[in-house]
Amino acid sequence: MKFYARRITIYLVTLWATISLNFLLPRLMPGDPAEILIAKMQRAGEVSETTIRNIRLILGSGSDVPLWEQYLGYWGRLLHGDLGISVTKYPTPVTELIANALPWTLVLVGLSTVIAFVLGIGIGAWVGWRRGTWVDHLVPGTTVLQSIPYFWLALILVAVFAVNLRWFPIFGGYDVFAFPSGPEPTLAFLSDAIYHGILPAITIVLSSVGGWLFGMRNMMVATLSEDYIITAEAKGLRPGRILRAYASRNAAIPSIAGFSITLGFVVAGSIVMEQVFTYPGVGKLMFQAVQNNDYALMQGVFLVITITVLAANFLMDLVYGFIDPRARHNA
Amino acid sequence: MSAEPVLTATDVSIEYLVDPPVEAVKNVSLTLHRGEILGLAGESGCGKSTLAYGLNRLLKPPAMMSSGEVVFHDRDGHDIDVVGLDGEHLRAFRWDKVSMVFQGAMNSLNPVLSVKEQLDDVFRTHRPKMRRRERLERSRELLELVGVDPDRLTSFPHELSGGMRQRMMIAMALALDPQVMIMDEPTTALDVVVQRGIIREIMRLRERLGFAVIFITHDLPLLIEISDRIAVMLRGEIVELGTADDIYRNARHDYTKKLLESFPSLRGDRGDFIRTGAMPVASALTTSTEAV
Repeated sequence: MKFYARRITIYLVTLWATISLNFLLPRLMPGDPAEILIAKMQRAGEVSETTIRNIRLILGSGSDVPLWEQYLGYWGRLLHGDLGISVTKYPTPVTELIANALPWTLVLVGLSTVIAFVLGIGIGAWVGWRRGTWVDHLVPGTTVLQSIPYFWLALILVAVFAVNLRWFPIFGGYDVFAFPSGPEPTLAFLSDAIYHGILPAITIVLSSVGGWLFGMRNMMVATLSEDYIITAEAKGLRPGRILRAYASRNAAIPSIAGFSITLGFVVAGSIVMEQVFTYPGVGKLMFQAVQNNDYALMQGVFLVITITVLAANFLMDLVYGFIDPRARHNA
Repeated sequence: MSAEPVLTATDVSIEYLVDPPVEAVKNVSLTLHRGEILGLAGESGCGKSTLAYGLNRLLKPPAMMSSGEVVFHDRDGHDIDVVGLDGEHLRAFRWDKVSMVFQGAMNSLNPVLSVKEQLDDVFRTHRPKMRRRERLERSRELLELVGVDPDRLTSFPHELSGGMRQRMMIAMALALDPQVMIMDEPTTALDVVVQRGIIREIMRLRERLGFAVIFITHDLPLLIEISDRIAVMLRGEIVELGTADDIYRNARHDYTKKLLESFPSLRGDRGDFIRTGAMPVASALTTSTEAV
């Protein structure tokens, strides 16, 4: 119990530090983000006094309010779930934009990350188990796929499968003409979304499976030369049991640690993928925010990313002890 | 002791198929009798471990048994041709008839499984009819047998000392009541005191359960103390094979004499292990070098 209390404290402190940094960064930036923002909005049309005040509050410039008070106000608004108003999609609140983009990214990038990991570990374990046979040739093949620049691979796949063969749609998360009023909870919409997600998912899996496979294969080869594997063999255990409980499980431990980090960055989305496929996820949102100097949106996205990275690490911290008994009890 | 054989190896040769090929074991013939302790002594790299692995068919490429026969004479009178075994038969043979205790006391246990699970693995594979309760009872009994608190069953290897881990391995090796136990330097990684405790345990268990032991070590004085017969290996060949007493009192081969000489006695004079016969080399050594 003491262990968990300690972990939770550490994570809370980290969370506080990152949120504070998130508050501080735009204020340390050269130039005046608030002025840029307001000018941009005024170009688009009339801007109310309250909005200008709001922007100054969020970005903290052009006012004589001391930093300390700004900081308290920032926390106050944060706790009410108010992340400000986006300029890109003025006057939509940032919270709403993120809430709309988050499910797309979470499901697509999350699912394909998990698939890539499971495939990589599974095939890697098998290739390592059959080391020295023809299956070793799988490894360079998958690493080549990984070393190809991602956008290039994605564009090639779009050109071949979407443009030429017309097997998949070229862009989007769903058919905007079939569902003009946006996402709806129907089976037709769901299948359309899945149909749109297949090609992006394939590109993500193709480009990341190689790393997992390569790492797992090498760990597997190292593990198979351990003394306890020989002991297991001398014990007359079935090969399947040795493969699962003695070799793969031990070999996968380092990869699982790496996976927790990757999982944390799922929410950051795959910016390039979402750009290539014009996918309505967080990555595209962030790209737009940067392009348009939309500081409120940027801050909001960064905050969500930070929280998920921390949450994923925290979760893995707790799970890790179950996988590796040596990691238990020691804080 | 009955002179009934339990394991016979004839003309066993093992090669490492590297470039150039290494003949690690050359035409070795050995007979292990029921219930005896056969010591296998020799320096590092002489092929003693390779031979032991070969007897249990644990060799991995590039090692290969190029010729020879290994026959196991079962309790019920059946003869098993170990070299001819493969797949499922070989798997079922291992541990059930011949079990092993390995050199690395520290690394023979899987670090992420508890001792209980690793013992359970043996029962579940070889005795599928055993119930959960029976398996647990037997596991506790085995731990008690090797002098470990049965409550330690749920421990993970990293929670145990080196000596305890090796005792766990011995418990595991005893699990199926094997007729032969091959011990490959079982006490190498342990200090002398723990070593002594474990050797005593092995002797006691052997007397009680009657399995035969092939005990591999470079520690010839230890072998003289515990074994019935001793085989001395040099460069892949058995250069001398005799009763412990024979080897101790009138070693014939030069290499055996050299091995015996290389251990200082308690009083510090080298070569004290050889009592009989003129030992010009030994006396020369004692006069020219300081006591160790």
